[in-house]
Amino acid sequence: MLEHVVNGLVLGGTYALVAMGLTIQYGIARIMNLSFGDTIIAACFATWLMFTGLALSPILALVVLVPAGYALSLVVYRFIMKPLVDRAPDEGALEVDSILVTFGLLFVIQGVLLTLFGGGYTSYSYLNSPVNVLGTTVAANRLLALALSLAIGAALVVVLFRTRWGMTLRAVALAPQSAPLYGIDTNRAARTAFAIGGALACTGGVVLSMFQTFTATGGVVFTMKALIVVILGGKGSVPGAILAGLLLGLVETFVAAYIDPGLTLAAVYTVFLALLLVRPNGLFGKA
Amino acid sequence: MKTPLAFALAAVVLAALAAAPLFIPDYWTGVLLGMTGYVALATAWALFSGPTRYVSLATVAFFGVGAYTVAVLNEVLPYPLVLLCAGGIGAAMALVVGLSTLRLAGVYFVIFTFGLAELVRQTVSWWEVNVTYTMGRYVFLPFEGRHIYWQLLALAAVTLLISWAIGRSRLGLALKAIGDDETVAAHAGINVTRIKLTLFVISATLITLVGAIQAPRWTYIEPSIVFNPTVSFMTLIMALLGGAMRLWGPLVGAVPLFLLFEWLSVSFPDHFSIILGLLFILIVFVMPQGVLAKLEDLRGRGKP
Repeated sequence: MLEHVVNGLVLGGTYALVAMGLTIQYGIARIMNLSFGDTIIAACFATWLMFTGLALSPILALVVLVPAGYALSLVVYRFIMKPLVDRAPDEGALEVDSILVTFGLLFVIQGVLLTLFGGGYTSYSYLNSPVNVLGTTVAANRLLALALSLAIGAALVVVLFRTRWGMTLRAVALAPQSAPLYGIDTNRAARTAFAIGGALACTGGVVLSMFQTFTATGGVVFTMKALIVVILGGKGSVPGAILAGLLLGLVETFVAAYIDPGLTLAAVYTVFLALLLVRPNGLFGKA
Repeated sequence: MKTPLAFALAAVVLAALAAAPLFIPDYWTGVLLGMTGYVALATAWALFSGPTRYVSLATVAFFGVGAYTVAVLNEVLPYPLVLLCAGGIGAAMALVVGLSTLRLAGVYFVIFTFGLAELVRQTVSWWEVNVTYTMGRYVFLPFEGRHIYWQLLALAAVTLLISWAIGRSRLGLALKAIGDDETVAAHAGINVTRIKLTLFVISATLITLVGAIQAPRWTYIEPSIVFNPTVSFMTLIMALLGGAMRLWGPLVGAVPLFLLFEWLSVSFPDHFSIILGLLFILIVFVMPQGVLAKLEDLRGRGKP
């Protein structure tokens, strides 16, 4: 029982982390990024390559891959998203365009990963030693994953809510029309937000690869889960994403342990629909 | 063009297409079959998603349910009844999905439909493994390629006819209003939810039937085959390329893209999805409103 709680929190912590990335991209840059999960998977494979090929620890991979994710997302934003932003007459049009374009991007990333790594399940063994936590044994890599998720998530919350820079980003999320009146460069904020989202996706990928197997075609499921977390938490809400992520991880772990591992997605969807019927704007959403 | 003349022309083309399998080799009948299937899928998709601008990624969920219904019932019921059941199940599923998601904002709908196929696939797999103890199922129906093709051709014609009729009706007018501005439409006294739901159910039922009719082609069916997300993706990209807001748009998009995909999957099987994705990005950038709108645009620019 306690073991499932810990495992659920570990999984949920990772979901919360990646969902934060997606909610920042969607809330501030107004881009619904369907290729998000494939970015996560790409980071998983990169970590695996560095671990098995160069014998670098995932912590070091984090130091390399997170800035790389930031930089690559900037490039993607400049060449793919910015033209759409400039072209879109309103927010709804940008939403649809970004969904369509990132859907294409999803297939490109997935195709590249399939060509490079094939379709099989991949994993590596890192810190796979048992640790005793409150009377139950948990793998050390899972604990490390949880600690990393919490630390990075907390750091981001502090930056967003305690610095001037974070306030600028939140202002754009809240009132994209009025923010420029206060001298905020919304274009720059959107670009930064998209890049932070990409960096968080890479972080999530590195962390996930430490304790889970992954395949080239698994990105779609991650995008879906991250989206569900974002919506459950209220779109654009970072605290909401954290809470909803943990909830989702717990639900999944318990359903897998007590009912059937094949029904996790069905359970997630049930929670999703039930909550939307009660609170259409999510846990922390504004009406 | 005058309407009676257009109908006469369409009837001639339809007759020629129906006669085609008697004169061409079986391979080409197979190609025509696949193409007709996608014309029906793209037109049915655009029926709902074109005017409402609700991007549905659930095509393969309904398609797969149709195919699976045939796989489960083909030895129990006569074929016409099986098709009827498939259509009924598709409509009922669309009703449930629609009731729970259509009153939510557009993006929630996209996300729900995005995962619906995966959800249905998981649930069906779970059911087959734990309840019926079978993973794959065999479909034994005495159909050759051309029999399936004729059924699909009829379905595609019906779909186009429905699309044409809706475009001319009050329902079509209401849909256009919803697409332009949902809030304004609601204030003008249009029952937005009911209209969206009606269209969604019609569109999904047609998609389910496409899946049901195509099922005998596989002989062996399992969830990972009939719930392949590429189907949703190709349907969407075809309708977009042609122009989802026009009657003939999906058809104009489906024909060349199907032939292109057919060629690509034979010539570049390993890089198929990369090319598919790049093509998709290109279409969104170059022709956001579809080929037909682009052509009109160019013709309009040519005039002084």
